[in-house]
Amino acid sequence: MRVPSWLRSDRAGLALLAVLAALALVVPALNLLVAADHPLHLSAYTVTLLGKYLCYALLAVSVDLVWGYMGILSLGHAAFFALGGYCFGMYLMRQIGARGVYGDPVLPDFMVFLNWTELPWYWLGFDQFWFAALMVLAAPGLLAFVFGWFAFRSRVSGVYLSIITQALTYALMLAFFRNEMGFGGNNGLTDFKDALGFPLHADSTRIVLFLLSALALAGGYLACRWLVSTRLGRVLVAIRDAEPRARFLGYRVERVKTLVFAFSAMLAGLAGALYVPQVGIINPGEFAPLNSIEAVIWVAVGGRGTLVGAVVGAVLVNYAKTWLTGALPEVWLFALGGLFVAVTLLLPRGLVGLLRRRGATA
Amino acid sequence: MSELISELDAGGMHAPVEPVDASHGILLYLEGVSVTFDGFKAIDNLSLYVADGELRCVIGPNGAGKTTMMDIITGKTKPDAGRVFFGQTIDLLQLDEPAIARIGIGRKFQKPTVIEPLTVLENLELAMSGAKRLRGLLTTRLAGAERDRIAAVLERVGLTAQAGRLAGILAHGQKQWLEIGMLLMQEPRLLLVDEPVAGMTPAEMERTAELLKSLAGEHSVVVVEHDMGFVRSIADKVTVLHQGRVLAEGALEDLQADPRVIEVYLGDGHAAG
Amino acid sequence: MLTCPLVRAGFLTLVFAMALLAVPTPARAADDAVARALLAQLREADFSDKARLVEQLAALEHPRIATILKALADSRLYYQEAENRAVIGLDDAPTIAIEDAVGGAALGQAGKRDLEKITANNRLRNLIENRLASLGLASADPGQRRAAVQAFLKNPDPAGTERLRARLAVEPDAGIKALLALALALADLASPEAAARAQAATALGGRLQPELRGPLSRAAAEDPDPAVREAARTALTRTEFRLQLLGWAETLFFGLSLGSVLILAAIGLAVTFGVMGVINMAHGELMMLGAYTTWLTQQWLPVNWSLPVAVPLAFLVAALAGIAIERGVIRFLYGRPLETLLATFGVSLILQQAVRSIFSPLNRSVATPDWMSGTIALGPLEVTLNRLIIIGFCIAVFALLWLALQRTRLGLEVRAVTQNRAMAQAMGVRSARVDALTFGLGSGIAGVAGVALSQLTNVGPNLGQSYIVDSFMVVVFGGVGNLWGTLVAGLSLGVANKLLEPWSGAVLAKILVLVFLVLFIQKRPRGLFPQRGRAAEA
Repeated sequence: MRVPSWLRSDRAGLALLAVLAALALVVPALNLLVAADHPLHLSAYTVTLLGKYLCYALLAVSVDLVWGYMGILSLGHAAFFALGGYCFGMYLMRQIGARGVYGDPVLPDFMVFLNWTELPWYWLGFDQFWFAALMVLAAPGLLAFVFGWFAFRSRVSGVYLSIITQALTYALMLAFFRNEMGFGGNNGLTDFKDALGFPLHADSTRIVLFLLSALALAGGYLACRWLVSTRLGRVLVAIRDAEPRARFLGYRVERVKTLVFAFSAMLAGLAGALYVPQVGIINPGEFAPLNSIEAVIWVAVGGRGTLVGAVVGAVLVNYAKTWLTGALPEVWLFALGGLFVAVTLLLPRGLVGLLRRRGATA
Repeated sequence: MSELISELDAGGMHAPVEPVDASHGILLYLEGVSVTFDGFKAIDNLSLYVADGELRCVIGPNGAGKTTMMDIITGKTKPDAGRVFFGQTIDLLQLDEPAIARIGIGRKFQKPTVIEPLTVLENLELAMSGAKRLRGLLTTRLAGAERDRIAAVLERVGLTAQAGRLAGILAHGQKQWLEIGMLLMQEPRLLLVDEPVAGMTPAEMERTAELLKSLAGEHSVVVVEHDMGFVRSIADKVTVLHQGRVLAEGALEDLQADPRVIEVYLGDGHAAG
Repeated sequence: MLTCPLVRAGFLTLVFAMALLAVPTPARAADDAVARALLAQLREADFSDKARLVEQLAALEHPRIATILKALADSRLYYQEAENRAVIGLDDAPTIAIEDAVGGAALGQAGKRDLEKITANNRLRNLIENRLASLGLASADPGQRRAAVQAFLKNPDPAGTERLRARLAVEPDAGIKALLALALALADLASPEAAARAQAATALGGRLQPELRGPLSRAAAEDPDPAVREAARTALTRTEFRLQLLGWAETLFFGLSLGSVLILAAIGLAVTFGVMGVINMAHGELMMLGAYTTWLTQQWLPVNWSLPVAVPLAFLVAALAGIAIERGVIRFLYGRPLETLLATFGVSLILQQAVRSIFSPLNRSVATPDWMSGTIALGPLEVTLNRLIIIGFCIAVFALLWLALQRTRLGLEVRAVTQNRAMAQAMGVRSARVDALTFGLGSGIAGVAGVALSQLTNVGPNLGQSYIVDSFMVVVFGGVGNLWGTLVAGLSLGVANKLLEPWSGAVLAKILVLVFLVLFIQKRPRGLFPQRGRAAEA
C-alpha cells in the first residue's frame, strides 16, 4: 500500500492509526475469545466505555479542526454532537415500534404519554436507517452552515463568536427541555431496543459499535489531516493568524470558515450518532454549555492544532473523569477546573506540544 | 451552495475577473473621496490619479489620511462620498476586499503580516493567483509551472535560500520582502505598500528601494512612507497628504521648496531626512 | 390584582380588631343584657328570624357586636346550655377554647358536645358582612371606613344605600368620598328609573374594582332599557381599556424588574469585560459568593438587619476573590482572550465545587426581611415590595459605579489604562495595580448583585451558571465598554422577555430573546452603542 506524502510525514498520526488498528483487533478478542473469569477479559461495559471515549475523541478532532487550525473557539460544538445523537436516537425510537410500554406501533412512548395522536412531520422518515444516517450529518451540518453563514459574513469573531456559540447551545438546551418540541423533553430519547435488527444490549452489537467508532475516528482523523495538509489547510492557518492578510490575498474568508465549520459540525454529529446507541440515551443535558467547554479542554490538554493531541486529550481527560467520578466524586470538578487553569497557564501547547519540544531539544 | 463551494474566492456578486482597462494611461482614480469617523474628516474631498506603471510615494504627517486612503482603495472602508475606479471600467466601491485583491490590487500592511507557522514557500503558495477555487485548494501538490512561478518570485525578493524556513523565524527585513513577494504572487497591476522600510537597516533599505524600483513599469506601485531619504531614493513623483486632502504633488525637490509643505512639516523631524 | 382574598380577609379582621379597641363603652351593663337576650333568641330562631335578630344586634351600640357577628358568620358562635350563655370558639379542636360572647372574658376549654353551634347560611353571612360594613362606616378611623365601603362594593345591599348616602354628605376624606360615590352608583344600577341606571353605568365605567364588572356586564346584557345597555357597554369598554393599560403597566413593571436583575448581573461584567476586555466566565460564581455571603450573615444577624450588612460584606468577599483571580490567573493571560475564557471557566468550576463541598449541594433559603415583603400600591398598580426595592437598588448601584468611574482617581486611572496602556504607564499610572483594583471593583459589584439575587431565586451552587450567558448577552447587546449601553440593554431585554412571555411561555420567550440577540450581534457586532472611532476597529 502506498502511503501518500501528506500522511507519511505525520508520524504521530500514523502512530494513532496503528493504535486504533491494534485496539480494533485486541478489544473484540479480549471480549469474545477470553473467558469471562480470566483477568484479561474485557467486559461489555469496558468495551462500551472505550467506544464512548472514541466518540469523544472524534468530537475533539472536530473541535480542533476549527479551533486549532482556523482559530474559531466554538463553545457550542456539543450542540452538533447532541443533534447527531438525537437524529440517530429518533431512528432508534422508531425501531422500538410496538414494543414500547404503551405498545403504540408508530408513536414513541413519550408522545402517547403526552396524548399526541400523530407523529410530528419532522419525525417522518426516521424509521429508515439511510434517512437517519443522512440526517446525522445533514442536521448539524445545516445548522452550522446557517449559523456560520450569518456569523462569519458579519465578521463576528474571537470572543464574541465564542459567546454566541455558547448562547446557541444554551438556547437549544432550553428548547429541547420543552415537551412541546417533540423530542421527549426532560427525559430525552431512551429505552432503545435494536438498530438494523441487532439488539443493542448484545455483546456482539457492542463490539460492532466499538469498531465503528474506531473506524469513524480513524476516518475523521484522516479527513481532517488531509484537509489541513492541502492548500486549504494553509488558508485556514492564514485565517487563524492573519485574517486581514487572507482577505487581501483574495480569499473569501467567510465562505472558507462557513464550509469548514459545517464540515466540523458533521463530524461532531457523526460522533454523537455513534455515542447514543452505546450509552443508550440522549437527553437535553447533552446541550449543556459545560459539555462544549469540556470538549475544548480535551483539545487544550492534548495540544491544539495537532489533531492527534485532540484524541489524546479526549481519552486522557475522560479516563480521568471516569476514574475520579467513581473514586472521588467531590474532587472531579476541582480537578477539571484546575486542569483548565493549569493547561492555559502552564501548558499552552498541550501534551503533544510538550513532547514535540522535548523531541526537538533532544 | 454549489456556487459557494466552487468559488471560495470569487469577486463581488458576479465577478468574472475582467481585465483592467488602463487605456487612458491612468490605472487608479480617486475623485472627490470623503470619509468621516465620528465627525472627524479622515479623508476630505481627496482626488488622486495613479498612472499605469508609475511608482508613486505618498507622504504626510500622522493623521493625514494615508492609511485610510489605502483602506478605501482596498475595500476595507467605504467612503461617504466620491468615486474610486480601477482603470476605466471597474468601480472599486462595488467590490469587497477579496474581489479587489482578485482584480489585481495587492496591499502590504504597515506591520509585516506573513503567516508565521508556514514556510516561506508555503506563504508564497498561499498567495498564488489562480489557485483559489475549492478544487484548486484541495490539493497537496504543486504543479511544475506553479513551482517555477514561486521560484521566480523567491529569486526576485532574494529569499531563495530561505524557501524552506518558517516565516516566523525570518529577520524583520526578510518578512517585509516575503510580504512583497506574496503580493507579487497575486500578479497585481497595482501594489499598495505601507511603510516598507520601517525598522530596516540601511542595507536592507537599499535592497528594498531597488526591489520597488524594479517593480515599477511592470506594476503601478504606491508607497506610503515616512522616511524622506528612502522616498528620495525611489520616487519620481510624490504626493503630500494633509488633513485628508492632497496638499501638493510633484517632484520631491520642488515639494521641499514649497512653503505650504514646509509649514505642515515644520518641526517634524521627517522633513529634514 | 395580586392581593388574594386571604390577604383581604386578614385585613378586614385587623380593622375589626382595631375597632374593638377604639370604641368607648357607654352604658355597658344595660346593653350587655339586651345583647344576651337577643343571642338567646338567636339560638332558637329560624333563618328569617335570625336575619331580623342580626339587624337588631347590629343596631346596638355595643363594642362586642362586631366580634359576635363575625363569629356567627364564621360559624364560631355557640350556645353553652349549661351556663345559659353564648360563647365564641377560638379554635377548632375537639376541646375548644371559648370566651364569653358578650363579655369577652376567656372561659377556658369546653368539650364540643357541651356546645350547640348557632348556624348561619350564606344569606345571613352576606347580611352580616353588610351590617359590619355599616358599623365601620361610622368609625373615626378612615381605614375602617374605607374597608366598610369596600365591603359594600363586594356585596351591595339596597338597605345600606341610605347610610352610604348619609355618609357621603359628611365624609371628609376625598378618596373615601370617591369610593362612596362608586358604591352609590353601584346601588343605583338597581334603581327602577332607567335614567338613573344609565347614569350609574356611565359613572362605573373605567373603574378597576373587580366587583363592579359583574353588575355592569349584567346590565349590559340584561337591562330592559336599550339606553342603559348601551351606557353599560360603553362603560365596560372603558373598564377593559383601563384594565389593559394596567396589564401593560404590570408587564412593564415585571420587565423592569427582570431588567434590573439582568443589569445587576451584567454591570460588573460591563466593568471587567467592557472596560478591561477580560472575559471572566467565573463572574456568575462571584455573584454566587455574594448570595452565600448573604446567607451567612443571616446565620449571625436578625433577618431585618442582615441585608444592609450583607451588601458591603458581599462586595468585599467577591472583590477579594476577584482580585485573587486577577493576580493568580488572568494577569498572565492579558491579550489572549480565548485562553482567559478557558482559565476563568476553570475557576468557575472550582468555585462551584468549593461551595458544594462546604455548604452542601442543596439550595440554601435566604429569608426576606419584613421591610421587603408584601405589596405596595403604585396608583392602581399593586407591586411586590422586594421587586420594587431591587429596581431601586439596581439604580443605586449603577449610579455609584458611574460616579466611581467618572469622579474618582481610580476611575480616571481605569479609563486612562483602558484607552492607552503604554501612555498611562508613562504618566506614572501603576497599571498592574489598576488592573487588580478594576477587576476587584467589577467582581465586588457581582457580589452585590448576588445579594439581590438571593432575594429572588434559590441560592445554590448553580446560581451563577444560570446568569452567565444572559449577562454576557446584555453587555454585548449594549455595546462593550459602554455602561449606559448595559443599562439600556438590560432594561429592554427584561421588558422584551416579559412582553413575549404571555404570548409564548417563559422558556420560549427566553429562547426567542437569545435567538434575537444572536442575530443582532451578527448584524451589529459592536452592540447598540458601539465605542466609536478607529481605535475600536483594531
